[in-house]
Amino acid sequence: MILESSLPPRRPFRDRSFGLARKFLRVNWLFVFCVCLLAAVGYTALYSAAGGNPQPYANSQLWRFLTGLVMMLGIAMVDIRAIEKLSWPSYLFGVLLLLMVMKFGHMGLGAKRWMTVGGVEIQPSELMKLFLAMAIGSYFKRATPEQTGNLLLVLPAVAAILLPVGLILKEPNLGTAVITGCIGCAVMLGAGVRWWWFAIAVAILAVAAPVLYHHLHDYQKARIDTFLNPGADPLGAGYNIIQSKIALGSGGFFGQGYLHGTQNQLNFLPEKQTDFVFTIIAEEFGFLGSMAVLGLLFFIVALALYTAITCQHTYGRLVALGIGTNFFLYCFVNLSMVMGLIPVGGVPLPLISYGGSALTAVMLGFGVLMSIHVHRDVEFAAADDF
Amino acid sequence: MKRVAKTRSAFTRRALLIGTAQGVIFGAIATRLYHLQVSQHGKYAMLAEQNSISERLVAPERGLITDRFGTILAGNQQHWRALFMHALAPDPQAVLENFYKLVDLPDDEKQRIAQDLASRPGYIPVLLKDYLDWPDMAAIEVNTPNLPGVVVEVGASRVYPLGPVSAHAVGYVARPNQKEAQSDTVLSLPGMRVGRTGTEAAQDQALRGAPGFVQTETNVHGEVVREVAHDAGTPGQTVTLGLDAGLQTLAMQSLADNAGAVVMLDANTGEILAMASSPSFDPGLFDKGVPNAVWNGWMTDPKHPLHNKATAGLFAPGSTFKPTVALSAMKAGLLTADTILTCPGFFKLGDHIFWCDNHVAHGSITVTTALQVSCDVFFYQVALMTGIDRMAAMAGKLGLGVNLGADLPNVASGLVPTLAWAKSRGIHWAQGSTVVQGIGQGYTQLTPLALATMIARIASGNAVGPHITRRIGGVLQNGSDPNDWPDLDIDDRHLAIIRQGLFDVVNTPQGTAYAARLTIPNVQMAGKTGTAQVHNNSAAEKQKNFNDMTMAWENRPNALFVGFAPYDNPRYAVAVVVEHGNFGAQTAAPIAHNMMTYALTHDPAGRDAPLTLPAQSTTPALPVNST
Repeated sequence: MILESSLPPRRPFRDRSFGLARKFLRVNWLFVFCVCLLAAVGYTALYSAAGGNPQPYANSQLWRFLTGLVMMLGIAMVDIRAIEKLSWPSYLFGVLLLLMVMKFGHMGLGAKRWMTVGGVEIQPSELMKLFLAMAIGSYFKRATPEQTGNLLLVLPAVAAILLPVGLILKEPNLGTAVITGCIGCAVMLGAGVRWWWFAIAVAILAVAAPVLYHHLHDYQKARIDTFLNPGADPLGAGYNIIQSKIALGSGGFFGQGYLHGTQNQLNFLPEKQTDFVFTIIAEEFGFLGSMAVLGLLFFIVALALYTAITCQHTYGRLVALGIGTNFFLYCFVNLSMVMGLIPVGGVPLPLISYGGSALTAVMLGFGVLMSIHVHRDVEFAAADDF
Repeated sequence: MKRVAKTRSAFTRRALLIGTAQGVIFGAIATRLYHLQVSQHGKYAMLAEQNSISERLVAPERGLITDRFGTILAGNQQHWRALFMHALAPDPQAVLENFYKLVDLPDDEKQRIAQDLASRPGYIPVLLKDYLDWPDMAAIEVNTPNLPGVVVEVGASRVYPLGPVSAHAVGYVARPNQKEAQSDTVLSLPGMRVGRTGTEAAQDQALRGAPGFVQTETNVHGEVVREVAHDAGTPGQTVTLGLDAGLQTLAMQSLADNAGAVVMLDANTGEILAMASSPSFDPGLFDKGVPNAVWNGWMTDPKHPLHNKATAGLFAPGSTFKPTVALSAMKAGLLTADTILTCPGFFKLGDHIFWCDNHVAHGSITVTTALQVSCDVFFYQVALMTGIDRMAAMAGKLGLGVNLGADLPNVASGLVPTLAWAKSRGIHWAQGSTVVQGIGQGYTQLTPLALATMIARIASGNAVGPHITRRIGGVLQNGSDPNDWPDLDIDDRHLAIIRQGLFDVVNTPQGTAYAARLTIPNVQMAGKTGTAQVHNNSAAEKQKNFNDMTMAWENRPNALFVGFAPYDNPRYAVAVVVEHGNFGAQTAAPIAHNMMTYALTHDPAGRDAPLTLPAQSTTPALPVNST
C-alpha cells in the first residue's frame, strides 16, 4: 500500500471535523420526525390493545422509545470513521453473544434466543443484523469493481455472513436467520458483487429447500404447514392467521373506530400487542389507517436509502443500505405474516410492536444511520485502511 | 477518482433498484390490504360478527383441608352439571323451556335460574342443574340442537371424608347467596362455594383460589363445537390443620352419644390437636342442600348438633375454675402454699350457708389439698378474701372470659364477672356471688376452648392462644412454635404450687380423678375435675345428693375435666365438657384419660407430614468375591 508522503503516518480523521452543534444541525430531522411519528402510532395502538389504557403496554413502550431516541441521537454525534473502526470488533462481539446465548441463554417457546445482561433482556440476533451490515460494509469499503468481481475476495464476506446465520438458525430462529442473510446479501449487492452469483445462490437454495425442510424443527415445520393450509388446524397455529385476517377485513375502508375494533377489544388475538399489533390499526382505522402507516414505513425506508445514496463514502453507503434493508425486512415479514402471506414467525413491527429488544436494535441501527448522514462527506484516510 | 465515481454510480443504481423492489413489495402489501380490507370487507365483517370463540370463567378447585399428617378432611369430588351460556342462545327463554321439558326442576330452582339470567354478564354461565344423573345427561346430549348454549361439564363438589367427626372444626360450604354473588362476580360462577363455618369459613380466601377460563368455539346455532383453550385457574391453597385425625376420631368416639365437647391443645403452642363437639352432623349435606327432614331433625334435637360447643358452648366452669381463684389470691399475696384454712363442711356468710360438696368436712387443709379433694369451703374463703375483680383479672390472664383471637369463626369469649360488669347490668353484687365465684358457679360462663387454653397456660407458663391452622399452602403459620408466644407473666412458684395440686388430683388415691390416672409408665397427668350445677335445686332435691342420676337429664350437672400431661414436661392440654354428665370424675376425666393416652403414645405435637421423603438408605455394596 502506498502512502502519500505528505501525510503523517497515523492521523485517523484528517478532515471535515466539525463542532457538535453543526453535527446536531446536520442530523436528518425529517427522518427523526418520521421515527417519532411511527412511535406515536405505536403508542396509539398499544393504548388500544390494553382496552384504552396506557398500562401495561403503551407507557412502558414510550419510555423505551425515548431512551432509544436519546441513544440514537448520541450515536449520530459519533464520527462514522470511529464507528467503522468498531465494525469488526462488534461483529466478533455479536458472534460471541450468539455463542453465549446458545450456552447460557434462557429458553422461550422452544428456542434459546434471549439472555439477560445487567437486568436487560437482549436478543443477540437482533444486534447481529446491524453488526453484520457494518462488518460487510467495512470489508468492501475500498473494493474496486475488479475486486468485487473476484470470487476469491468475495468468499470471506460470504463466510462472515454464513457464520452468524448458521448460529441464529441453530437457536433456532428461522425468520431472523433468513433476514440476517438477506441483509448480508443486500450489502454485498450494493458493494458491486455480481448479480448472477446471487441468482445461482437462490437457485441452489430452491433446490436444497426440501432437504432443509427435512431438518427443520417440528414447530417450524408446523408453521410452514399452517401457512400452506391454515384451515387444517384452525384452533392451533392457524387460529392466529384466521383471526388476524378477520381483524384486517372487518376494518373496512374507514375502520371500526378507535378503541372499537371488536377483534381487538374482545381479545380474539392472543399476543396482539406484539407481533399482531398491525391488526389493531387496520381494524380500528381501516384501509386508510393502514395505508397511512404503510406509507410512513416506506418513507422511512426511502429516507434510509436517500442517506445511502447521498453518502460520499462507500462504508456509509453500504451500512446505510444494510440498515434500511433491515427495517424494510422487519416491515415486510411482519406485515406479510399478519396478512397470511408468509409463515408466522416472531418478527415484530418495528417501533410499533410492544417489546424492548427489537426496538433497541432498531434505534441503535438508526443511530448509526444518522451518524452516516451527519458524516456523509468525511473522507476515509488511507491510513485507516486495514 | 474516476473509479470512485464509477463505483458510486454503480451503487446508486443498485440502491435505487433495491429501493424500487422494496417499493414494489410495499405496493403488493398495499394491494393485498386493499383486497382484504375493502374488496372482501363484507365477508370478513360477517366473520367478525359471527366470530364465536367465546370465553367464560370457570370456578377454581377449592383448596383441600387436611389434618397435620395430610389426612384429607375436606376434598373435592367430581360430578356432572349442566350450565347455560346464555350469551350464545338467540332466545334464552325458549332454550330454558326446552330444558325444563327434558329435566325436571323444582319451581324455586326455576326462579333462581331466571334471577341469575337477569343479573349475570355473558361470560358467566348460569347453573341449570347440579349432580346430573345419566338419564338427564343423555336427554341433554341428544337434544343439543334444541339447547344452544347449554353445556354439560364436570364440576367439583365438596366432600368430607371424616363426615361428622371433624364437622365443627372443618366447617362446611354452601352456595353463595344472591347478595354475595352480586358483591363478588367470581362468586357468581357455578360451582363456587363459600365457607360457612369452621375452617372453611375462617380460611375461605386461601381456599378459594382464582378462576380460570374456557374458550369455546361455537357455530352459528350456538352449539359448542370444541374447546379452544382451557385454563384451570389457580386452585385454592391447601390448608393444613393442627388437628390429628386419630385424636379427633377418638374424641368423638369417647363422647359417644353424650352432648359435650373435647378440646386438646399443644400445651406449648396452643395448636388445636382435637376439637370435638357432640353430637355432630354431616357437613357434606350442605353442598347439595340439606333435605328438609334432616334439617328439622337438627333443629329439634335438644343436643343441638349444629352448635359448636367447643368454641361457642358456654358452661359454668365449676371446680375447674379453682386454680384461677388460687392463683389470683397468691398474686394478691393472700394465699401461700402454707396457708391453712379450715373446712367444717359448710361456710356461713351472714344467714346463708354454703355447703361443701356432699356436706363433707375436709378439716384444716392447704391449697394443694384443697385442689386435690376439691374442697369448696376452702375456695369460698379464698374467693371472699381475693374479691371478684382480682379473680377476673387472673382469669383474663389465663384466657378466660376474653377474646382469644382463635382462627375460627363463632368463638364465644364467655364471661367472668367484674364489679363494673355487674354495675353496667344493674346487678346488685352480693358477697354471696363472690363466694360462689370461688367454685366457678354463678355468672361465670366459659367455653371448652377457653378452659383448654387456661390449662395449657398453667401447664406451659406461656401465654399461648388456641389456633387450628398450621400451614396454608405448605407455609407454617405464625404461632406454631413455642417461641411465638410470650411469657404468661405469672410467678413460676405460684404455678408450681397449682401444678402440684393438680398432680395430686389425678395421681393420689384421695384425688378426685385418681381413677383417670395414666397407665403409661413414668408419665403422669395433672388435672382438675369440675361438676357444675345447671339447675336451681328445690329444697327437696337439696336434701339428696344434688347430682343424682334420678334427676331429669337436662337437670343433671355438667361434668368437666381440664388436664395436662406429662406433668414434668407438659406437651398436651385437654378440656372435656360432658353436658349433664354428672360428676366430672365420672364422665369427663375418663375421656381425658383416653385422649392423653393416645396423644402421649402417638405424640403428634410439633410434628406434621414430612415435606420431603427421607433419603433412601443406600444398600451396602455386596462384598467382592475374592477367589
